[in-house]
Amino acid sequence: MWRRWRKLKEAFIEALIRLCGISATIFVVGIFLFVCREAFPLRHNPDFHLTEFFLSIQWYPTSEITKRYGVLAMIAGTFSVTLLSMLMAAPLGLGAAIYISEFCAPRPREILKVLVELLAAIPSVVWGFAGLTITSRLIVRFTSADVGVNLLNGAVLLALMSVPIIVSLAEDAFKAVPDSYREAAIALGATRWQTTWRVLLPAARNGLTAAVLLGFGRAIGETMAVLMASGHAITIPHSVLDPVRTLTANIAAELGEAPAESTHYQVLFLTGVLLFLITFVVNLSAGLVIRRERRS
Amino acid sequence: MNAIETCQLSLWYGTFQALKGITLEVEQGGITALIGPSGCGKTTLLRCCNRINERIPSVRTTGEIQILGKNIYDADVSLLELRKLAGMVFQRPNPLPMSIYENIVFGMRLHAPPEERTRAVLDQAVEKALTGTGLWDDLKDKLHTPAISLQLEQQQKLCIARLLPLQPEIILMDEPCAALDIAGTESIEQLIRSWKGVYTTLIVTHNMAQARRVSSHSAFMLSGELVENGLTEPLFTQPKDPRTAEYVSGHLA
Repeated sequence: MWRRWRKLKEAFIEALIRLCGISATIFVVGIFLFVCREAFPLRHNPDFHLTEFFLSIQWYPTSEITKRYGVLAMIAGTFSVTLLSMLMAAPLGLGAAIYISEFCAPRPREILKVLVELLAAIPSVVWGFAGLTITSRLIVRFTSADVGVNLLNGAVLLALMSVPIIVSLAEDAFKAVPDSYREAAIALGATRWQTTWRVLLPAARNGLTAAVLLGFGRAIGETMAVLMASGHAITIPHSVLDPVRTLTANIAAELGEAPAESTHYQVLFLTGVLLFLITFVVNLSAGLVIRRERRS
Repeated sequence: MNAIETCQLSLWYGTFQALKGITLEVEQGGITALIGPSGCGKTTLLRCCNRINERIPSVRTTGEIQILGKNIYDADVSLLELRKLAGMVFQRPNPLPMSIYENIVFGMRLHAPPEERTRAVLDQAVEKALTGTGLWDDLKDKLHTPAISLQLEQQQKLCIARLLPLQPEIILMDEPCAALDIAGTESIEQLIRSWKGVYTTLIVTHNMAQARRVSSHSAFMLSGELVENGLTEPLFTQPKDPRTAEYVSGHLA
């Protein structure tokens, strides 16, 4: 009796742990299916055309005369703001990771790592405040822009928000480089920078690429800060000082206003599907890059 | 003339004293073996000679090491020049994650002025270094394959070969055969013996038979102290210190 009870208990705990293990998969698939389900009725909707969705910059979901649902400008907005942010975040993040892992003394290193983690913990709406009150004013002061909430402003915030991810993942990548490589280079008379540049960067290449890709994934999905601080205008930007609207900001701003089951509502969910697919591809490629490193 | 002279050299890792007033002379052009049980400080002593120990932040050193008559702890010593002068071979072969060719010219790319880094000069240095270590015939057709793909013995020889273009005076070896099989050990030992009179070799080894096979001088260390040093054969056959006698007879491990 006692023995049977113990066996049952063991089986129960095992099942529970297994459930925890696959819960992430269940949630991801579940959310994806839910978002897809809300967008699904668009299939039969005469007001909606997939070509218009992808190729038109006209977004008039509440127009009285003709409603138009083109998100091209917002796709451009999302990618321009994210790519520009990566142009800033990648060098800054990799530079910080190089400093923390290769140049810094052990004690300041620990302090810096804690601070970087703290940076990651700042809520995005607070970043939005910073964007409205600090960076946008700096942009107005130092550039010809009339309004500070624009593509550049959003990109600066996204860069600062994704730097912590890039730093901690890139630092892990450097840590994974065997110390024997460093000793080999140093014993041949290499300086720290020569060691970093000629040996560690090539050796950690895949891990660093993955770090930047995951930072990119973080930036592309960010909503609140860009909603508050990048202007919210539906145009394809021609300069970094133009305002933009991203896919995420658009959903956040409009979903509350869209009547449930309306075409507008469904198109917003379709935008969600699109975002989901983009981040899925970005994260998947980061995973593949890391795997390639493990194999080699 | 001595290539290396340490004078009252002491070293601490934090509060642990790993070297206790070592005074040792290493003959120029000779092959000197550092022997002693694990943890006796022989690797630490070796790693003082190119100051690579200082990578560890808690290391503190007192005393002197003269290399070719110059104290390497003087303020005006260039670490880069020192490491060029005294090349190091590690216990595990550690080729850099690049091609065979790039491993060998790595040092030249760091140190040689640009006009001495032409393709022809580099090619010649690679051939010379690989010939000098007996690798040329095996590797000449795959110079641009990754060094990691070589067998361990070849990797270790490559790690030796990449020192040669820098024209070192001293070669510091930390149990260079520990990861190799008998054939590999034999061929590395042969290489070391061929350096007599060319390079000053300081080799750390656990293997007393190896010390007797390759070295002309030996130094026996125990718990951070230099117990005895001198010509290898007398040190093994007529040790002066009872602790040396105990170690070389195999009673102290």
